[in-house]
Amino acid sequence: MELTAKHQEYWRRNLVVTAILLLIWFIATFVEGWYAKDLNSISFLGFPLGFYMSAQGSLIIYVAIIWYYAHYMNKLDVEYNVQEEELQ
Amino acid sequence: MSQAFSHVTFKNQLKKYYSAYTGGFIAFLLILAAAEQMGLTRKYIGYAFLIATIGLYAMIGVMSRTVEVAEYYVAGRRVPAFFNGMATGADWMSAASFIGMAGTLYLAGFDGLAFVMGWTGGYVLVALFLAPYLRKFGHFTIPYFLGERYGGNIIRSIGIFAAILCSFVYVVAQIYGVGIITSRFTGLEFHVGVFVGLGGILVCSFLGGMRAVTWTQVAQYVILIIAYLTPVVWLGVKHTGIPVPQFAYGATLQKVTELEKKLTADPKELEVRKIFKDKADAANAALKDPSKAYAQNKATIEKKVADLKASNAPADQVAAAEKALATYPKDVDAAKAQWNKDKGLAARAAPPIHHADPFPGKDETARDLARRNFLGIVFCMMFGTAALPHILMRYYTTPNVKEARQSVFWSLFFIFLLYFTAPCLAVLAKFEVYSNLVGSAFAQLPAWAAAWRVVDPTLLNISDINGDGIVQLAEIVLGGDIIVLATPEIAGLPYVVSGLVAAGGLAAALSTADGLLLTIANALSHDLYYKMIDPHASTARRVSVSKALLLVVALIAAYTASLKPGNILFLVGAAFSLAASSFFPVLVLGVFWKRANKWGAIAGMSAGLGVCFYYMTVTYPFLRDMFGVTKPIAEYMWFGMNPISAGVFGLPIGMLTTIIVSMLTPEPSKEVQDLVEHVRYPHLRGDISTEAA
Repeated sequence: MELTAKHQEYWRRNLVVTAILLLIWFIATFVEGWYAKDLNSISFLGFPLGFYMSAQGSLIIYVAIIWYYAHYMNKLDVEYNVQEEELQ
Repeated sequence: MSQAFSHVTFKNQLKKYYSAYTGGFIAFLLILAAAEQMGLTRKYIGYAFLIATIGLYAMIGVMSRTVEVAEYYVAGRRVPAFFNGMATGADWMSAASFIGMAGTLYLAGFDGLAFVMGWTGGYVLVALFLAPYLRKFGHFTIPYFLGERYGGNIIRSIGIFAAILCSFVYVVAQIYGVGIITSRFTGLEFHVGVFVGLGGILVCSFLGGMRAVTWTQVAQYVILIIAYLTPVVWLGVKHTGIPVPQFAYGATLQKVTELEKKLTADPKELEVRKIFKDKADAANAALKDPSKAYAQNKATIEKKVADLKASNAPADQVAAAEKALATYPKDVDAAKAQWNKDKGLAARAAPPIHHADPFPGKDETARDLARRNFLGIVFCMMFGTAALPHILMRYYTTPNVKEARQSVFWSLFFIFLLYFTAPCLAVLAKFEVYSNLVGSAFAQLPAWAAAWRVVDPTLLNISDINGDGIVQLAEIVLGGDIIVLATPEIAGLPYVVSGLVAAGGLAAALSTADGLLLTIANALSHDLYYKMIDPHASTARRVSVSKALLLVVALIAAYTASLKPGNILFLVGAAFSLAASSFFPVLVLGVFWKRANKWGAIAGMSAGLGVCFYYMTVTYPFLRDMFGVTKPIAEYMWFGMNPISAGVFGLPIGMLTTIIVSMLTPEPSKEVQDLVEHVRYPHLRGDISTEAA
């Protein structure tokens, strides 16, 4: 079937949110990992920050990213009328 | 699925069942604890756990038995997000995560965190790039998606091959883990343990396929998370005073860092380390000219015996010298073997690592290399997670796309509970060892250390190297697995909790093995047999073929595991690199780039797999021997990356190849492009349907 302009826009917004969340993921993982030694000079909750991020902080960010994506997309589905039928 | 089926009622029922089940399991623990107080022996506690849990999994398997295709392959597509999350958690966390992770962190310190980050962060990729789209596509297997998206049997076959390659290596490691746990806690022989575990795996997957595996995995998750958290929380209260030590072990980490500094400079520690260094140096010197050194050393000992005898030395000195002569290697080869072993003692001459310190190394180059390899492992574990078929398959089982998205959240949440506890456990255990075990007298070791030293010297070996009767850190050799296994005893908990931990490890291994076996059997029965060999096979026949194959694959895997192949940990890591290099590029481009076509995918998958495999072959010792590679490893190394991270090269090359070859060949047909559009939207009014009945 032919996609309408609205459908195209839905996909574009999906790509935008995916890109933003991926950037956060990249920073929490690789940028954080690269500078772990430098971050360790900062103290956070009694932990060296670099250690804390790799052991817990980044993990919490991952969980948050996935929660936000599910929440955002499930709302976007409704907004663009591409949602599925409610489960009975 | 019957017309009267109601998802809401079903979900409520599930909640009721699993709450009752969790309550029942806790009651079972309390009864066993009471029985222990009344004198139930350890052996019978071990049996009680083994029989009760495997019996339970078997019961769920029998209750969920099925011959319907959609039930067998995707649990009828009605697993709610929350429960699919638990099932994925159990599917994901293997024996290595449950038993090995905390130990790896204990031994490797910061650098071990690469696995913690990699095995959680990969779910971000699953959520953003794969789960919702695969669910919309809505079929049974990953090779099938490739076959439909790119068309033809070549790509399907490569998919089948890659799926089996990754999963088989992994399943062997799980069955091996089952054998170890069963034999340790019941005293059964390793081989018997392997086959008992195999029975536990088969009753589930054989009778009810994905449906039985799903509901068993939920039950297994409950057991494994209770088992992991109970002793840590207890130990945490002891050390930090609050029941969520995950947030409060910063203070303990500081104390560990203080102790590390103290132990690095402690004179007694230095003395022990020097003994190791001298031994290693002597061995290195002797290995330069073995026959000369052999003759010299022998002459020295013989002379000493003669001298002592001539000077009428006390009898015990003479006896000691004679013993040294009697135990001296009987020829040069035996001596060489001994020296090669002694050479390794150099490692024990090193000061303790700094737990919180990333990328240790003697100079800037070494530190930079450590950092690169850390990030390399993170990269491969993440992209591997997002490409392992047994995980992706789980997102076919949710009722719709919306639930699939939420389900990835629940999956990572349940996995996170264990992974963010493991670094905490490692630090708490380290504090216990550094502050209580180190410095105690050999005659009065802490109870747990005294017990484990006898039970399994490969996990805990302490010997008084400098003869001062006091334990020095350098005198302890510790196997990683002991951290999780001995935590209940370190925390001073009754033996029931040790049994619980074993049951948790067993649950972790069995659940992962179930998911993997199913992936292999389904790839063979659905994609190879039904799609390529006999497309007219009836549904009943397809399910029976799948069951028969499951049995065969399970037996081959168990047989391989019973041979106790060495390199198992490397092989598990290799599975991630292989999956990342082969599946990730074609799956993601398949959804996000309409232009990706058949030839691009074929070339990309082959190139990714090929490069990854080539790099492992030329840099990993075991594979080098197998393929007769003789030039030094250094000549083959790219950017100094370790073989486990071969995916760092395989994935980008696979991605680039797919793109370039696709651009050079005609674009895919209109139908295929429509299919891509179809999977991008959860629901298009008036659209085609790809969902399999």
